[in-house]
Amino acid sequence: MARPDLQEKLAILSDAAKYDASCASSGSDKRNSRDGKGLGSNEGSGICHAYAPDGRCISLLKILMTNFCIYDCAYCVNRVSSNVRRARFTPDEVVSLTLEFYRRNYIEGLFLSSGIIRSPDATMADMVQIARDLRTKHGFRGYIHLKTIPDADPLLIEEAGRHADRLSINVELPTDASVRAYAPEKKPETIRKAMADVRLTREAAKDRSHTGKRPPRFAPAGQSTQMIVGADGSNDAAILGNATRLYSAYHLKRVYYSAFSPIPDATAALPLIRPPLEREHRLYQADWLLRFYGFDLAEITGATPDGNLDLHIDPKLAWALQNRHHFPVDVNRAAREPLLRVPGFGVKTVNRILAARRHRTLRYEDLTRMGASMKKARSFISAGGWSPGAALDSAALRTRFAPPPMQLSLF
Amino acid sequence: MPTVALPKLGTAAAWRDAARALVSADTPPDDILWHYDGGAGDLFADGPAALPTPDPALRVPRAFVDLAGTVAWHADPERFALLYTLLWRLRGAPHLMADRADPLVGRLLAMQKSVHRDKHKMKAFLRFREIDAAAPPRRRFAAWFEPQHHIVEPLARGFFSDRFGDMDWIILTPDLTAISTAQSLSFADGGAKPPLPEDATEDLWTTYFRNIFNPARLKVKAMQAEMPKKYWRNMPEAAHIPAMIAGASARARAMQDAAPTLPPVRAARIAARHAKDDAMDLLSRMEGDMPEDRADFLRRLQGCTRCDLHANATQAVPGEGPHDAPLMVVGEQPGDQEDLQGRPFVGPAGQLFDRLADEAGFDRGGAYVTNAVKHFKFQPRGKRRIHQRPDMGEITACRWWLDIERQMIRPRLILAMGATAVGSLTGTGAGILKRRGTIEATEDGTPVFITLHPSYLLRVPDASAKEAAMQDFRSDLAAAQAHLEELLAA
Repeated sequence: MARPDLQEKLAILSDAAKYDASCASSGSDKRNSRDGKGLGSNEGSGICHAYAPDGRCISLLKILMTNFCIYDCAYCVNRVSSNVRRARFTPDEVVSLTLEFYRRNYIEGLFLSSGIIRSPDATMADMVQIARDLRTKHGFRGYIHLKTIPDADPLLIEEAGRHADRLSINVELPTDASVRAYAPEKKPETIRKAMADVRLTREAAKDRSHTGKRPPRFAPAGQSTQMIVGADGSNDAAILGNATRLYSAYHLKRVYYSAFSPIPDATAALPLIRPPLEREHRLYQADWLLRFYGFDLAEITGATPDGNLDLHIDPKLAWALQNRHHFPVDVNRAAREPLLRVPGFGVKTVNRILAARRHRTLRYEDLTRMGASMKKARSFISAGGWSPGAALDSAALRTRFAPPPMQLSLF
Repeated sequence: MPTVALPKLGTAAAWRDAARALVSADTPPDDILWHYDGGAGDLFADGPAALPTPDPALRVPRAFVDLAGTVAWHADPERFALLYTLLWRLRGAPHLMADRADPLVGRLLAMQKSVHRDKHKMKAFLRFREIDAAAPPRRRFAAWFEPQHHIVEPLARGFFSDRFGDMDWIILTPDLTAISTAQSLSFADGGAKPPLPEDATEDLWTTYFRNIFNPARLKVKAMQAEMPKKYWRNMPEAAHIPAMIAGASARARAMQDAAPTLPPVRAARIAARHAKDDAMDLLSRMEGDMPEDRADFLRRLQGCTRCDLHANATQAVPGEGPHDAPLMVVGEQPGDQEDLQGRPFVGPAGQLFDRLADEAGFDRGGAYVTNAVKHFKFQPRGKRRIHQRPDMGEITACRWWLDIERQMIRPRLILAMGATAVGSLTGTGAGILKRRGTIEATEDGTPVFITLHPSYLLRVPDASAKEAAMQDFRSDLAAAQAHLEELLAA
């Protein structure tokens, strides 16, 4: 087969990169290129420059340096035993694509990942070189996300963190046993150790020395990870349990949940399924409840006997329906915590309610202007001139929110 | 009736100056006519009035300043009058800004949101093309965009100047043209869409767009909610969307229907190499007999699965210190910092222990320090890990490693700190308060000096009780040191 040209390489290596869910470009330090000596800026919040028909944001040039790989992870399109077409960028090609795309305002920056070739150190060194060239040779101030290779030399990871905004290491599957089964060359303990090192280096980079000098910046947008959902048999309680441990242990900015999706040339060891998109969505909702709404893991996963989230209704509503004795919540009197537990109220809505009710009694109509989803909230609150009455205790309350039952399809 | 003519450039600042002056002079909203960019004059209006001097003491809420600074760029001709009406009402009621339920505030906030969204979409969806590529040193780019509001000026001064510092650019819109040459910014009138030269990089970009799309996850509505069709005509990649959608389900089905293929030859070769490594690895983790040396001990300890704690902790934390130490100090288990760093006694309790040991004349540096349980047991709570006491099963499982450490070090005396360590070494951790300061023995007869765990000292709430507890701990350490010296002298 002829050697692929740049266009073909880009096709192969972006196709190979799409199973990484993250495309965030937010949360880094603010910078610009008003000095005229470089290119790029960062405002703190990210920008989605396009959306593909899969509904996903395209913020970064998300590519693999190469899809050659010596690992044999069953869920992965690039595993060594797959027959997909292989290609490899030179570091200069990646640098040039990033800059040219950025100049045309297509992207916020680069998300670089790679198959493992030769050795983890050699692969990581090439990735670091790309980031270093962008920053130092070309004065690039856009966003760089580097996927770190857990077994790589800590010195390489330290340099990666100096150039990159975010580092990530994928835990891949929710339990150690699944990783051993489906990603035999990956070691869960090595992955955790690498994440611990990133947290420690980040914390050290925030401390000034006794002379007041700041150590060099290190991954200012933090670290993240990804878990594949639906490839192994783990239930949602196991997935979210692992996520809460990872958040608490390594101070991750995000845990991404990626529905296991059909890949070209799949292995017989892991039959393809339709990607469990609804489940992925519910996991993200639960993740938010755990981090921003004061919910405990057991409250969320305890709502169903099998430890999986209810696919038909969101996890907050599921919790509320099982804990009706906490409702109705009085929007004019209740504290922040109970307000945050009302289905249909987000953090912003709650802040607005708390600000507005200092000056007046809130009525039902007022709440619609605060961004609340009253279709859900109405049964769980009382407000000026409004009480849910018997609806809250009605056995049929769930049917008001869940989609109507459907006859099973034979096909 | 005062008429205020607001210019097309610098609109927000001009409105703010005029409004400050008018509100200082107590001019009610109904008396003012606002004109934008030389718009049609009112038949009954006076000419533009000389504005009164603003009152320097005039104060408005910060949120209003932000609101006016954004809404002034909105396309609605009523925006200036609406803002002024709110400013007028705010004089007596500054809290109004926090009240979204007020209809005027609600309307202006909605207008603010609309301008924010328009700005955000322009930052996102504007596409530059390179023009006269051979014009070094600064490369030149141009873009055509159709914003909904008058946002070109604020974005050109802000976002686009921030971002594209080392190149020249022109942004053309129906309303206004922004030109940045050698980092100096100028504006000209807008106009019709000009022909821009072809740019080969657009082909690469559409290649990327088509290939980063996952056909198995078609969600057209989600895409259109964020990238409405009205933007598509100026985005080179959008032309491919209909074909991508049409082919998606067939592509996904083809992937599922495809029969598994045989792995390439390369795979077998690499797999054989891995199999050899794995076998070596497994061999080195075999338990049952004593490790050959320290390195072997460390390797085996890291592979430990004797209890379930390994699955949640980062790593097993081995003991540390001179390998011929006469004294071994045994704590409970690693904490958050120990778990991350892989070293014992480096967290808050460890640091307190170091300090008190130093004050008590206890030879900390000459001791081998370790824990009864080698993996961290915790309960996650937000961004923190709350320490949990290891149970009897975990302590028993981990005694294997403590015994190996004891055999490697062969200490003359062991200092056991806390119920877990005492339990692991003497068989029971019960009644530790009564047993502290006394010396018991392990099964094989090594003397064990019993004391409390220093993390207990961190939790004593009352300051004087804490000082007393620390003093007791120092005395224990001093007594242990004295006993060790006796043993060594004998």
